[in-house]
Amino acid sequence: MTPLTHPLTHLVDVNNPLNFKGYCQQKGYAAAKKVLFEYTPAEALDTVKSSGLKGRGGAGFPTGMKWSFLPEFEEDDPRAKEPKYLICNADEMEPGTFKDRLLLEGVPHQLIESMIIAGYIIGATRAYIFLRGEYHLAAKRIQQAIDEAYQASWLGNDIQQSGYSLELHLHTSAGRYICGEETALINALEGKRATPRAKPPFPQVAGLFGKPTIVNNVETLSNLPHIFAHGVEWFQQHAPESDAGTKIYGACGRIKIPGLWELPMGVSIGRLLNDHAGGMCEGLALKGLLPGGASTDFLLPEHLDVAMDYDSIAKAGSRLGTGGLIVLDDKNCPVAMVKNIMQFFAQESCGWCTPCRDGTPWALEILTRIEQGKGTLTDIDELYRLCDFMWIGKTHCALAPGAVEPLRSALNYFTDDFIQHIEEHCCPYQQRGHHG
Amino acid sequence: MTIDLNSNLLTLDYLTEQEKIAIDHELQIMETREACSIEALKIVQLQRGWISDDSLHAIAAYLRIPSADLEGVATFYNLIYRQPVGKYVIHICNSISCHLCGYDAVVSAIKNYLAIEYGQTTSDGMFTLLSNACLGACDQAPVMMIDNQLYQSLTPQNVVDILQTLQAADNKGVGR
Repeated sequence: MTPLTHPLTHLVDVNNPLNFKGYCQQKGYAAAKKVLFEYTPAEALDTVKSSGLKGRGGAGFPTGMKWSFLPEFEEDDPRAKEPKYLICNADEMEPGTFKDRLLLEGVPHQLIESMIIAGYIIGATRAYIFLRGEYHLAAKRIQQAIDEAYQASWLGNDIQQSGYSLELHLHTSAGRYICGEETALINALEGKRATPRAKPPFPQVAGLFGKPTIVNNVETLSNLPHIFAHGVEWFQQHAPESDAGTKIYGACGRIKIPGLWELPMGVSIGRLLNDHAGGMCEGLALKGLLPGGASTDFLLPEHLDVAMDYDSIAKAGSRLGTGGLIVLDDKNCPVAMVKNIMQFFAQESCGWCTPCRDGTPWALEILTRIEQGKGTLTDIDELYRLCDFMWIGKTHCALAPGAVEPLRSALNYFTDDFIQHIEEHCCPYQQRGHHG
Repeated sequence: MTIDLNSNLLTLDYLTEQEKIAIDHELQIMETREACSIEALKIVQLQRGWISDDSLHAIAAYLRIPSADLEGVATFYNLIYRQPVGKYVIHICNSISCHLCGYDAVVSAIKNYLAIEYGQTTSDGMFTLLSNACLGACDQAPVMMIDNQLYQSLTPQNVVDILQTLQAADNKGVGR
């Protein structure tokens, strides 16, 4: 592991993370210093744009482009003096995803350095880390790192006499999946129910407290020091043409070595599963997998050659999402798996729009019926109808479409399993005694 | 305790100095008083275990926001309790990787051992059982969280051992 091959994770130590001094000894804060003293914000923005960095939170939107939507005002315009906000989205709650926790717990100063760089580029005067409430260890370590950074004049007024000032605060959430949606997160940070906002206006224009705001994921931000330390060309070498950088991939389920690996963007699913995760547990075969968290479409064993980059996964009919494989084996029931996922989305729906508030529990009810062997063949049609009813364009945000992706792909790929439950009036997996 | 909602004094006196100092600290960080609502709920819950109606009204008065708004917030978030809970709240992860790796047997073992269902508290007030959405430790599934502690790679056997250890520590008077 070197800074050049594993930029995000080479300093990770989950048992004993580097303190400020230790991080500086490993060239920590050198990139931030370089950006503050050698780049104008506009030049640094160009670097981020040309690096090809895309958001690692799930949507994969180009980071530089996201930032460039911030409004620019003439100097004498009173709006030019209004604050801008930077928010780090550390509300990691996508089932099957645990990559950001590694960075938060294992190398907290890297995130703070990244936020100084991002804040400087976008001209933010205040920044927040929005951390999920369940990550207690991460909260302790991030707060400690923030305190150290303030003491060393890497946060607060006139950072290292550069003329740039940034206040950074940690907010711990009280637990709700929808807080990961950036406008819902902003509402949560304002002390409200985390209901997503209508867009436009986008947060870049009217975000936190109505002011221009940028929200970025932990892993996305953590790339910044390395892009500036090693250059755009180096960053692009890691990935096929349409992508750039490394990616922290994960894998869980009944596999030999569940875990996380930082790899060049675009490793194949098969290599990830078999070489890094050690393949399936003894006596089990691969039935399917979700490539990027619970809200992505199933892929099948025939997709093992597909590269884990945004475009290739999309071509195969799914999404890279958070890059965390959830592996379904042949002795776990796919209907029960989809039911579990639907239960999650039904519970975590904010209740704002009808398709999601009513559709997710409705789908859950039908899936429960089928799994118990009490379903009918018309239930399958009904599930397809619900998939359409909750699809993009009919809901207020992306939560319900996210619930549709595993459901609809399971209906397509595991049709026989659904029908068997209905015709045999029981769960064939439980019947065979292989369940769980 | 009944509260006269017309009396600001009584409502403001409800919060302890310690709670007010902690909330005041948040008020300095955040731009609006309302923005402190979630943090204020967590501060009071840490002291009192849960958010009673009286606590809710007192916090709302202190933040100068309508109680109804704060009730909307308090009931929205999973980690704010609007009912009394036991000394230990068991948050067992019921999301997909735990489901695939044996969550069913683990939660059955807990329910059997404590003789409670989800949302219930044991009669001695020791344990409350709640489900939790993905705890972000999918490589160590199944997992649960009690207080701030994460317990990983659970089995029906070791989960009972963990509960027994907590009970034994408590009987010896070793507090949290």
